[in-house]
Amino acid sequence: MTFEWMKIPFALLTLFIVVNYGLLLTALMQKIAARVGGRYGIPIYQNYIDLLKNYALRSAITHGFMFYLGPVFRLTGGVGLLLFVPTIYGSAMFSNMSFAGDLILALYFIFFGSLGMALGAGESGHPYSAIGVSRGLSQVTMAELPLALAVFAIAVQYQTLSITEIVAAQQGGFLHWTLFTNPLAVIAAMLSFLGSMMRPPFDVVLAPQEIPIGPPTEYHSAYLALMQTNRVIFPIAKIVIFMNLFFGGASNWPVFFVKVFAIYMVSVLVGVVFPRFRVEQSIRWFMVWAVPIGIAAILIV
Amino acid sequence: MEAFVKPGEKNRLKERPERPVKQELQPRVVKTPDGQEITVEPLKDYYCEAPPRVHPPAYAKIVEDLFNWARAESLWILGFGTGCGAIEMRPLMTPRFDAYRYGIQWRPTPRQANLFVISGYLSVKTLKRAIRSYEQMQNPKYVVGLGSCTINGGMYWDSYNTIKRLDRYLPVDLYITGCMPRPEALLAGFLELKKIIKAGKGEGANRYAENFDWYKANQKQVIHDWDMPDYSW
Ligand code: SF4
Repeated sequence: MTFEWMKIPFALLTLFIVVNYGLLLTALMQKIAARVGGRYGIPIYQNYIDLLKNYALRSAITHGFMFYLGPVFRLTGGVGLLLFVPTIYGSAMFSNMSFAGDLILALYFIFFGSLGMALGAGESGHPYSAIGVSRGLSQVTMAELPLALAVFAIAVQYQTLSITEIVAAQQGGFLHWTLFTNPLAVIAAMLSFLGSMMRPPFDVVLAPQEIPIGPPTEYHSAYLALMQTNRVIFPIAKIVIFMNLFFGGASNWPVFFVKVFAIYMVSVLVGVVFPRFRVEQSIRWFMVWAVPIGIAAILIV
Repeated sequence: MEAFVKPGEKNRLKERPERPVKQELQPRVVKTPDGQEITVEPLKDYYCEAPPRVHPPAYAKIVEDLFNWARAESLWILGFGTGCGAIEMRPLMTPRFDAYRYGIQWRPTPRQANLFVISGYLSVKTLKRAIRSYEQMQNPKYVVGLGSCTINGGMYWDSYNTIKRLDRYLPVDLYITGCMPRPEALLAGFLELKKIIKAGKGEGANRYAENFDWYKANQKQVIHDWDMPDYSW
């Protein structure tokens, strides 16, 4: 396969669209959560201002080498995830750097950011960061398990590890989506999705008001801004994978926007209704509910 | 500027006997799991001793104006409640007042906050924590004094254990009067603070760095067990 240089500007364009969409989308989600609580909520453009302000802070201190790299790793995880999966199905422009075995790489990238963050936050030396990291790693590892099972189930189902081919197999009406051809895998994956979105009931990692805000407690200024950037890219990149694997992908940008919004809404709706789980509760919850469904999904394929 | 000593009064700071350093802050030798011996010196290892620097506005005016606008529209308050006034901060988060509309949020850590609201009287013990929290915030940062206690001591004027004028110890950008000010007054105050920041006058952090010695002398005058380095980022 020859590498086409033209892909780079297109990939950057994808990134640009996703960052802006993500900034607006997360603000919208916060607004929805605020409305549920009877508040008016933040202005829709608030995320842009916060980002600009954090980049504009004049001073920044460091706690060491990994402290710098933590946010960078995290952002790499988000951007990498986005760039290696086909964003828009059937479009040469926006299929990005996808290749034959990209599904495995995507799974790896989902985890990569958390590890980088763990190292960086550990270096900051703040006890709350350490608590947050230990909680985060155990919960993310646990939430990853049903997802991995679901991914294996559909890899067996479609006999491929290429996301593009999986999307291709789901074309032709929504009854071809994995959602209907293999509902168990989708349920397991969506439960795992709830666990990895850092929203209630699985937000004990950040746990605002309890361990100030967990791993990023010591991060500020431009470091924090980098992490905020990632905070808007990463969920969308993850949703893109879910959309491609389970919900038939998107063949143009409007469909993309609508589907990402709908999938994101799942976690927000669950989040505004349920209170926070403790770590051992959430791990038990994943063991009892999500993992058996994932195993069943593999067995029936 | 000189340290705050009334004319004719002796500087008690100079007479005070040295206090012994607390035990947990003394240097000690620790053995690591793999058998090495390392010296831990809490006052050196856990703090930074560099004094704060002045960070002048670095960019062209138009860029600084944009940044100041962003800083004003994104006020992150440090969730640090002192005195009775803190109880009036909570309603701001609720549906009735909903300060989030104005880009005001609460952050649980001083690293990420840029607005420190001293919400009422400050006991000397709390002042020590307030100073450390303030110094951990990043430049530019703003301080709002809430209620008459921060302005002139209020009803704690002759208390043995509270400070009277906040701006002798921290650079205050804005006072909100009242005992205690209602949430509406707070909102009005925050909108006023936005005007100050947008006009480029919210340079409290730089004032603090410039007059560092004066502030430190004042702080040390009331805090008797000063068991931390002069500057703790
Ligand atoms: S000004 Fe009044 S309400 Fe505020 S801290 Fe002082 S006594 Fe309490």
